[in-house]
Amino acid sequence: METFIQQIINGLVLGSLYSLIALGYTMVYGILNLINFAHGDVLMVGAMTALTVIVGLKGLYPDMPAWMLMAAGLLTAIPACVILSLVIERVAYRPLRNAPRLAPLITAIGVSIVIQTLGMIIWGRNYHTFPELIPTTTFDVGGATITLTKLLVIVLSAVLMVALMLLVNRTKLGRAMRATAENPRVAGLMGVNPNLVIAQTFAIGAALAAVAGVMIGATYSVVHFSMGFLPGLKAFTAAVLGGIGNIPGAMVGGLLLGLIEALGAGYIGDLTGGVLGSHYQDVFAFIILVAVLIFRPQGLLGERVADRA
Amino acid sequence: MNLYFPKWRDNPVAAFIATFVVAAVLIALPFVVGQLGNAWVRALAFALLYVMLALGLNIVVGFAGLLDLGYIAFYAVGAYMYALLASPHLTSTFPAIAAMFPDGLHNSIWMVIPLGAALAALFGIMLGAPVLRLRGDYLAIVTLGFGEIIRIFMNNLNAPVNITNGPQGITLIDPITIGGVSLAKPVQVFGLTVPSVYLYYYFFLLLVIVTIVVCINLQNSRLGRAWMAIREDDLAAKAMGINVRNVKLLAFALGATFGGVAGAMFAAFQGFVSPESFSLMESIIVLAMVVLGGIGHIPGVILGAVLLAVFPEVLRHTVVPVQQALFGKVLIDAEVLRMLLYGLAMVLIMLYRPKGLWPAPDHGINPSERMGGGKGGKAAAAGA
Repeated sequence: METFIQQIINGLVLGSLYSLIALGYTMVYGILNLINFAHGDVLMVGAMTALTVIVGLKGLYPDMPAWMLMAAGLLTAIPACVILSLVIERVAYRPLRNAPRLAPLITAIGVSIVIQTLGMIIWGRNYHTFPELIPTTTFDVGGATITLTKLLVIVLSAVLMVALMLLVNRTKLGRAMRATAENPRVAGLMGVNPNLVIAQTFAIGAALAAVAGVMIGATYSVVHFSMGFLPGLKAFTAAVLGGIGNIPGAMVGGLLLGLIEALGAGYIGDLTGGVLGSHYQDVFAFIILVAVLIFRPQGLLGERVADRA
Repeated sequence: MNLYFPKWRDNPVAAFIATFVVAAVLIALPFVVGQLGNAWVRALAFALLYVMLALGLNIVVGFAGLLDLGYIAFYAVGAYMYALLASPHLTSTFPAIAAMFPDGLHNSIWMVIPLGAALAALFGIMLGAPVLRLRGDYLAIVTLGFGEIIRIFMNNLNAPVNITNGPQGITLIDPITIGGVSLAKPVQVFGLTVPSVYLYYYFFLLLVIVTIVVCINLQNSRLGRAWMAIREDDLAAKAMGINVRNVKLLAFALGATFGGVAGAMFAAFQGFVSPESFSLMESIIVLAMVVLGGIGHIPGVILGAVLLAVFPEVLRHTVVPVQQALFGKVLIDAEVLRMLLYGLAMVLIMLYRPKGLWPAPDHGINPSERMGGGKGGKAAAAGA
């Protein structure tokens, strides 16, 4: 039972992170029909920027309180990611908006490689330890333990998601986003500036990715130039699972994928009599992706399905 | 001949001379390049393997318009198949197999090539069957996932039964032997000593020529026209009586075939395989070759593959000395710079020359114009 609760907790933490990243994918896909491959690498840049700032400040002012360091890290990571994302959108995606479908996909892959390589040049090939800023207090939940960091990840993600829902459903910007997703030309006729809305969508997604990147660093204490690739891929899976283009879907899909992975990794050894171990964890996401696309391509919460090739 | 030199359709003499010149250059090439060192000939041999891979991927991406980001998985399947069938790994791990083959496992390439092709084709169909209904970008992600799954299995199938030897990979793989002549040892021809790398170069050259002939014939066949029809508009193709499902499956299977054969050759050439050689990056590099050269245009794809395959070797010999001369130390090593330039090339080509460096001429076989039906996409957007 303790194992079960522990895996549920791990799954919720992982799932919250996937949800945050998946939101960036799903919002962009909803409007542009583009898989923003570079999204995971934006996350990496966020985590790395935060790391650099935190380590730098710590070196300059050794007695700075931890929460201030954390806040400084987050507050530099978010603008860094937003600016990077806006530049990517402007340079690599906007000129191709009316190009054939494969073209922006291929540039997206190219951009992802470029950012990853630049990350490697700037921050080196090595794994970096993310400083431990949040006290390692643990709480007891039915025999399992949860650290303060993990609790904060879950709470912060929930807050951000609620805020995003309010933004999309209650504000003028949110209405403009939904209108542009529905039909950019008609939205333009109604006085919405689609370019601005698209840029704002990228910015919001990047900010969420920055937060996710810093939280991944804080939770798993390791950051690396290629850390964005796998979470990015899985978050995309989560977005597809929930129904791509659908914001609540991305949240549900992320949490579900996190839970499936954690429980799968925890129990696959027992279920298969030790034949398959927890290192097959990464396979689950892909199997789920294929299964969803075959049996329910519109995703769990998606309404419409586009089957035109 | 006029199929291969469309420009000289009415001039068989010119076509004949062109063939002769090209053949002479290709045969003489290793001896010329070899003056710089055998590493360059090795790079050329690898370039030929990449040409095979790129032409195979071109069938899927260029002809049929299906973006496959896991193509390297077929290369891996071919490589591991040869590695298992022609190395001491299986006999030393499983006594039962050792008892069946007292002399060790050694297989002739005349068995391995068809087997590799068939196995890869089977994997191609396995991948293709479930994902046929998917749209372009979903397909890309699923194939990417498929490539990763294959790599994860290769990394982990050393327990509980040691099949792939995990991350260490399989070593001591037999070299290719043709008619009793091993390509791993130098051969004396008319008093001339031909080193092993040269032999591999010639053998791969032969395979590449076969590949090109097959590709050109496929392109001009009923099947090739069907692929291009579904690439342009699969609904319309269906209405014209093309069995879209089967034709797409054939694209996956035939594309995979070349990957499988190239993989088997790779294993024999290297004498060693490990999961590391089959990362996503490799898939992307092969895709970059197709995109850079000219999607769907065979000469363009060959150009792209040769350029991108020889390029790292050039970088390796220039980047380090240049940086040392400029800054006194090495700031960016060649491998990193290569990835950076590949990424930039993919972006810039798509932005400024979307049809590639050597695009297909404009008569019906031009994929980049309307690939994937760009106009249908927007209407299908799901609401955010």
